[in-house]
Amino acid sequence: MSVLWTLLVVASVATAAAHGRMTELTAAIASSAQSAVTLALGLVGVMALWMGLMRVAEQAGLVALLARALRPVLRRLFRGVPDGHPALGAIVMNVSANVLGLGNAATPFGVDAMRRLEELNPHPGTATDAQALLCVLNTASLQLVPATVIALRAAAGARDPADVVGPVVLASACGVATAIAAAKLLARFFPAPKPSAEPS
Amino acid sequence: MWRAALQLLSTWAIPLAVAGIPLVALARKRQVYPAFLEGAREGFETAVRVIPPLVAVVVALGMFKASGALDDLARALSPLTSALGLPAPVLPLVIVRPLSGGAALGVVADVLRSEGPDSHAGRLASVMAGSTETTLYVLAVYMGAARITRYRYALAAGLLADAAGFAAAALVVRAYFG
Repeated sequence: MSVLWTLLVVASVATAAAHGRMTELTAAIASSAQSAVTLALGLVGVMALWMGLMRVAEQAGLVALLARALRPVLRRLFRGVPDGHPALGAIVMNVSANVLGLGNAATPFGVDAMRRLEELNPHPGTATDAQALLCVLNTASLQLVPATVIALRAAAGARDPADVVGPVVLASACGVATAIAAAKLLARFFPAPKPSAEPS
Repeated sequence: MWRAALQLLSTWAIPLAVAGIPLVALARKRQVYPAFLEGAREGFETAVRVIPPLVAVVVALGMFKASGALDDLARALSPLTSALGLPAPVLPLVIVRPLSGGAALGVVADVLRSEGPDSHAGRLASVMAGSTETTLYVLAVYMGAARITRYRYALAAGLLADAAGFAAAALVVRAYFG
């Protein structure tokens, strides 16, 4: 990110020099810095409301409810994990929290699941199929309601800030399906090392 | 048919959550109001924490645009982007999304500001950002927690999922909003 950002800024100044647009560039620097803050402040209301609601959902046991529904599906996806192993419980909680958009709650569960899966790992330091799948699931968007995007759209004065929810759910589903398919398919082409071949 | 279903989901999801969640919590005799305040404080802090990356990215993009560099780049890449149906202002999002969540938010904010939230580019940027995740950050945190250094195929699969999310977003937005 450091390289990308510096490159963007330097390239902009160089291009502005080439096109003779230094005055416009100077104006853009000040106006965009200000509009960034205006936008962020517009975010505050919706973000506070939504995360407040999600905390209520958590207290009401909705995460646990969702976890019960997701458990059979996840057990089938994570075949290598023994039934009843604490790693599976952590995975179920991680995915459930993600679906509800509780990013801050999902991460500790995910980290816990990764550590517990590592205990089952015959070749420590190299990801197992279950660990790779859990990571890949988390890199796809499991969240049902894109609260931050809705907040940004509301701050920007959209006619109906939530009109993207349906399309987002559909596109996310494609992403998640691809994530699972890619993980299952690629696992065949990247075989895990034999435990004995791994010098610890 | 699916269009009507998505529309129903878009209009009902939020009001239903706002009314339904406290109702369930109250029925289960939970402390609804204190829990709400606690979460809302966290949401407030998140929104404030996002200001520095937002300033960094919106300023850099504003400069990139004002200098004429984005126009140059868009012209150079136009055969590729027009084939994919990707408007030029959305282009930076594809590059930045897997790298940094704050930066991606900055790009979306910039598109919403310059193109308008109800424009094709504005909607596409919203859906693209909403349907993908910060792949590299997630991998670093999760793999790092288990001290794993060899990710095997995890990065490739994660980036494939992002690409699929972007492509699906482009198709769905065009079909849904026309």
